[in-house]
Amino acid sequence: MIPLTAVSSGKIVKIVSLMGGRGIHRHLIGMGLDIGSEIEVIHQGEPGPFIVRVKETRLAIGAGMAQKIMVDIK
Amino acid sequence: MTKKTNEILVAVAGQPNSGKSTIFNCLTGARQHVANYPGITVEKKIGTYSAKEGKIVLVDLPGTYSLTSYTQEERIARDFLLLEKPEVVIDVIDASNLERNLYLAFQLIEMNVPLVICLNMTDVAKRRGFDINTDKLSQQLGVPVVPTIGNKGKGKKELKETIWATHKHKIDSIKTDSVKAASTDMPIRINYGEALEPILATLEQKISEAPRLTEHYSPRWLAVKLMENDSEARRLVRQQSEKGKNILDFVAVERDKFISTHKEAPEKIIAYKRYQTAEGIVENCLSQKAKGHKTWTDRIDQLVCHRAAGPIILATVFYLFYKITMSPDYGGQKLASLAWPYLAKFRDLMAFIPLSGLPRSLFLNGIVDGVLAIANYIPIFFVLFILIAILEDTGYMTRIAFHMDRVLRAFGLHGQSTLPMMLSGVVVGGCAVVGTMSTRGIKDPKARLATILILPLLNCMAKIPFYILMASIFFKKYQAEVLGFMSVVTLVLALVVAKIFTLTILKKEEEVPFILEMPAYHLPTVRGVLIRTYERLMVFIKKVGTIVVAVAVIVWCGITFPGISKERVVHYNNETNKAAQSFMAKLGENNPYKKLLAGQGLNEFEEYWMSYKKGRMGLDEEAQQALNQKFAKKNAEFFKIANKGKYIEDGKSKKDKYAKKTYTTYKKFYKSVERLQVAQRKETVRVSYAGRLGQSLVPLTKWAGMDWKINVAMISSFAAKENLVATLGSIYSMEKTEVVTKESLAVTMKRETAHTGWTPLHAIAIMLFVAIFPPCLMTLIMVRIETGRNLWTLFVTIYPIILGFLVAVAVFQGGRILGFGG
Repeated sequence: MIPLTAVSSGKIVKIVSLMGGRGIHRHLIGMGLDIGSEIEVIHQGEPGPFIVRVKETRLAIGAGMAQKIMVDIK
Repeated sequence: MTKKTNEILVAVAGQPNSGKSTIFNCLTGARQHVANYPGITVEKKIGTYSAKEGKIVLVDLPGTYSLTSYTQEERIARDFLLLEKPEVVIDVIDASNLERNLYLAFQLIEMNVPLVICLNMTDVAKRRGFDINTDKLSQQLGVPVVPTIGNKGKGKKELKETIWATHKHKIDSIKTDSVKAASTDMPIRINYGEALEPILATLEQKISEAPRLTEHYSPRWLAVKLMENDSEARRLVRQQSEKGKNILDFVAVERDKFISTHKEAPEKIIAYKRYQTAEGIVENCLSQKAKGHKTWTDRIDQLVCHRAAGPIILATVFYLFYKITMSPDYGGQKLASLAWPYLAKFRDLMAFIPLSGLPRSLFLNGIVDGVLAIANYIPIFFVLFILIAILEDTGYMTRIAFHMDRVLRAFGLHGQSTLPMMLSGVVVGGCAVVGTMSTRGIKDPKARLATILILPLLNCMAKIPFYILMASIFFKKYQAEVLGFMSVVTLVLALVVAKIFTLTILKKEEEVPFILEMPAYHLPTVRGVLIRTYERLMVFIKKVGTIVVAVAVIVWCGITFPGISKERVVHYNNETNKAAQSFMAKLGENNPYKKLLAGQGLNEFEEYWMSYKKGRMGLDEEAQQALNQKFAKKNAEFFKIANKGKYIEDGKSKKDKYAKKTYTTYKKFYKSVERLQVAQRKETVRVSYAGRLGQSLVPLTKWAGMDWKINVAMISSFAAKENLVATLGSIYSMEKTEVVTKESLAVTMKRETAHTGWTPLHAIAIMLFVAIFPPCLMTLIMVRIETGRNLWTLFVTIYPIILGFLVAVAVFQGGRILGFGG
């Protein structure tokens, strides 16, 4: 289990846990970021936002937020 | 909202980037207006169209991913659906992103609203390899589904028909109490699994027994929300029902039990089941599915979001953006300069108003100039708004935010602060009014507030003429450098202030992490861009225009009243009369024109001369001759004087030495009268309320090197920054014309300031003060609208005065200690 920030571009990972409050959690779920979702890291940020592909959507995720998303590399 | 009986209220819901506004525009066309939801700054777009059955009123709900109570937008959308009870709800779904979009659709279905699904952008989906069987989708969801291509208007007719059918079906089902569906069977009911369903069933039963709750809310929806532990749902139950506590206790017990046995929060299971159901439906309805291939958007993003290429593209876009709005050869400035003659004509036309004295001055200098100050900006804003709409509609705006976030984040701002800052003038002139308006898009409330607070520190367009004026007097050789210096200083200051604010007064504001959907790139449509541009222009004109005129009038009163004393008026009148008498005496006894100019004749000649001089400007040979003939006919004797004694009679040119002498003497007289008028005006300003205030501030402002004249100009610039140069103009003005050219003002100021011992150090201190000095009233109004709070508006008014003053004093006193300046 590593934070999303440690994943390099091109890797497909699975979300194992989301840290942070319950409100933000529910919001992320609406955007398709849920525990168990598979996401592809398109652009590794740091500094600056990451770009990930979730289903058919591309999301830019700030480095601070990416730190709170724990993933497993597939 | 009051509903008329023949109107049908339709809400348009959907996730962000689903093409919701395209569908909205496609249905309503130009028949729409923007309002705000009560008490908050989220826009509420309302549009109408008439069907043969009645008038359809559409309300565009904010785009939301879900209907929790996490963001303000989500709360608004949900409250509208629950409280306004629209007859029909359209859910706009991005066909190429069906699975995620169904997540919202399920929640709408659960709320038991009469739903129509608008499957949008089917062309894009098809190109990406998603061929969706709409009939099957409709069957599985149990709600009508209409495929559309919003930007091409495809499916519009079918959508309208379905809206009507759904509405009619709802009425019929109420009337006949039959639950026969219009197109399909019952809407889908998501199975939340063996563990959760029994609890939900009991909960639904309990809710049904509370009549006040069932009146407004679907029991199923409320039950699911309660198990999700949604704070808003809990509040509803607590408030609306006496059995509320009972229900909430039950929920608390069941949730605890659930978590301890399943080691998982119910909301996670609920979300999981929703996505699972969505996945199943998508699988069933796609006749082909291509996965993993790169879309156009991916390919473009590889370049646009590239570490090295991205910033270069970004810089190019910024450069073009400025070039197009600010270049005098094309774009906004060009449009403004093309429009200016018409505005000037309008002002000339207004000057014909049959008023005199104070009412005339109030009308022309107060109201008309106030209107013109606004009108002058409209061409530039028009171009600006078009460019913004294009950046937004193509999807590039999100990429700008993506790149800039890493820089701005360090100062407590947000990637999305870039656009407002650009608009407010980072490098060259911008406008904080437009900048503040555009902060709406910033998702993080804390960063948004910080952005609003610092925007006025940037370089608004109207501050530029003042910098140029000062630079041309005190730093003639380094004008460009001075402008560059001001840009850098203000930007650095704005960023530092933003950082300080986020660490102190904004510490407790709500923060939202940076997550932005990067929408697929689209070609913008002319119609979409124009509608957006029009909307924003109207907001500007309506909200700002009216108040600015009012303030222009107040400022006019401030520099006009109470006026100079009667004795002084008599004094000036006497001086003028004396000048007239000496003029008459100088004409000489034998002068044949003397009689003509006696008494009322003097005024008549002035009028004649003025209109002749004005008419002659910029005419070619032929037109000039025609004009000469016209004026010679009007008054042959006046014509001789005005032409310094040269005239043509019977084809021969003749000279009249008396007329020549009369002309030269008159001109001297005219100059002296003009000087008297300027002196009177200057005295009026000095004794006016604004003038007195300006003088009373001198003990304080002298520490920053500012005299009372600058103080008055600052006070008047509150209404609009243009007044800065204009007021200085009227204080220093030596010309009778009401508009003073910059060159002449620079010359006059230079001479006058030389007397008072002004140095470049004075100039720098004052320029810095102007740069930081409070925003104009238009900006303050926008701050009030966007923050919704008087406190912040007051804060934005006051902190720049203090900050600006401290900076100016520091520079001025520091400079003196180091031996610069006097």
